[in-house]
Amino acid sequence: MAFVILKDLAYQYPSSTGLVLENISLQIQEGEFVSIIGPNGAGKSTLCYALAGFVPHFFKGEISGEVEVDGRKSSESTLDEWALNVGLAFQNPFNQISGAKYTVFEEIAFGLENIGVPRDEMKKRVEDAMSLTGISDLADRSPYSLSGGQQQRVALTSILVMRPRLLVLDEPTSQMDPVGTREVFGVVRKMAEEGMTVVMVEHKVEWIANFADRVIALKDGQILIEGKPNEVLTSDLLIENGFGISRYTSAAREARKRGLWKKEKLPVTLDEAVEGFKS
Amino acid sequence: MKIIINNLHFTYPTGLEALKGISLTINPGEQVAIVGQNGAGKTTLVRHFNGLLKPTSGAISIGEWETTKYSTAKLASRVGYVFQNPDEQLFSRDVLAEVSFGPRNLGYEKSKADELVKRAMALTELNDKAETNPYDLSPTWRKMVALASIIAMDTPIIIFDEPTTGQDAVNVARIANVIAELKREGRTVVTITHDIDFCAENFERIIALAKGQVLLDGLARDVLGQGEILAQTYVEPPQLTRLGKRLGLKETITKQDQFLNAIARD
Ligand SMILES: Nc1ncnc2c1ncn2[C@@H]1O[C@H](COP(=O)(O)OP(=O)(O)OP(=O)(O)O)[C@@H](O)[C@H]1O
Ligand SMILES: Nc1ncnc2c1ncn2[C@@H]1O[C@H](COP(=O)(O)OP(=O)(O)OP(=O)(O)O)[C@@H](O)[C@H]1O
Ligand SMILES: [Mg+2]
Ligand SMILES: [Mg+2]
Repeated sequence: MAFVILKDLAYQYPSSTGLVLENISLQIQEGEFVSIIGPNGAGKSTLCYALAGFVPHFFKGEISGEVEVDGRKSSESTLDEWALNVGLAFQNPFNQISGAKYTVFEEIAFGLENIGVPRDEMKKRVEDAMSLTGISDLADRSPYSLSGGQQQRVALTSILVMRPRLLVLDEPTSQMDPVGTREVFGVVRKMAEEGMTVVMVEHKVEWIANFADRVIALKDGQILIEGKPNEVLTSDLLIENGFGISRYTSAAREARKRGLWKKEKLPVTLDEAVEGFKS
Repeated sequence: MKIIINNLHFTYPTGLEALKGISLTINPGEQVAIVGQNGAGKTTLVRHFNGLLKPTSGAISIGEWETTKYSTAKLASRVGYVFQNPDEQLFSRDVLAEVSFGPRNLGYEKSKADELVKRAMALTELNDKAETNPYDLSPTWRKMVALASIIAMDTPIIIFDEPTTGQDAVNVARIANVIAELKREGRTVVTITHDIDFCAENFERIIALAKGQVLLDGLARDVLGQGEILAQTYVEPPQLTRLGKRLGLKETITKQDQFLNAIARD
């Protein structure tokens, strides 16, 4: 059975006039790395909130359909119970810092402390997580005296360290430098390989194509198209609906009109583009 | 209005030296992008432009004003700064009030202020959101409001700190459009960005910072062609630049048209 099951999910915030999510049915296998793309306002963050239980438990509003993770329904769990299985990194990393801690190390240890993980194990897990995201050298710094990208790394690390079975990341690389971005995709890929299920909202199409198993394109609260990265990310539907595409795809589409791209399939990664333009 | 930075050093009260001797001149009407790894000092540098931070040593002047001699309020008439985190900047109860605050505060006459607000709202396509509370908008639209509220101040120099993060293709095009319009008006635009493709398509000059120092500074084409040096500050060349290289094209590619022409010739 699938690890995450959404059945006919529909939702509206207390103050919204219409449905923000509609007709969402979806199954995600354990260890799968799924990426969600979509224009601003499509409902990506709201879907993240639904997976993490904040919709409806925190935001209230009207929900119908089901969100199930590992056979349990979010409607039948409390937010605290849900959080043991599901971790969410918020879109705006600047709001995620707890405000309760003086150093980056303590900030990242905060969640583990709350669930009573023994001191030695805690220390090891925090150190491992910090080295994964490349922030070991920030351990003793104040969480408030960091650059934008450093804050985002701290926010991400404080979720990773919890080792949730379902990891939900809402634009986790928005403030990161290009190499850092690619590294985060790599880390997430590795987590998925080790069995963690990952849902990641992203705009960076080139890296989605290189690392994710599946892409779901959301528009106006509904699933527009889903499937293998190279199929979804090169589809005409995306362009018609105002989605961003990679420069490789865009250049090859133009080149095709001028007879300079002869393959049937359009590229979305550098390797595909090199191969196609060489032939 | 020229920006002249002379051997600028800055150390935070924590003892961390974030800028280690930066010297730069930015000419009136130039469109400059600043790139570089997280923590390189990009935000720290531009916060000196409007006096939010003052040099530990060295100097920076905006026109003939040295920033140490003028208040931030005064400098605001010359330099507009859109924060990396819009939430540090927004405080009004609705979008229109937010965008109107700056020009009112700078003391423009009412008719002039109204006109500036109107233009900024139109450029950023915020008219249908005039009465919305900024905090009911998504972070991406809040960033757009932050942008509008700075544009409305009509300063000769405008700084954007990561304007495109989280923006979809339509909004990125909108921001590119705003930058092009500001250029037409002869304003200086300094933009910090990690979006190197956006950078290649919209800026003539690129400055790469690394660990508090200038690593590269020059025309986009010259800077973006130096992949190995850029890698030192965790920047990768744009997609089409990398593609051009892999295909063995001689020139450094920065734009799609240039790429298509080059492969047609090849
Ligand atoms: N707390 C809220 N109350 C009312 N409406 C909301 C709330 N949060 C989001 N919305 C609305 O729900 C819709 C979907 O928003 P959501 O933030 O999920 O989109 P998104 O795809 O994440 O967009 P972005 O790319 O800008 O982050 C939008 O129309 C938004 O205005
Ligand atoms: N308020 C502060 N107090 C102490 N150190 C700080 C403060 N703000 C930033 N720093 C440090 O100064 C250095 C430069 O930070 P800055 O914010 O200028 O980087 P940046 O290039 O803008 O990075 P990013 O791309 O992540 O936004 C970093 O090492 C950062 O941790
Ligand atoms: Mg969102
Ligand atoms: Mg910054």
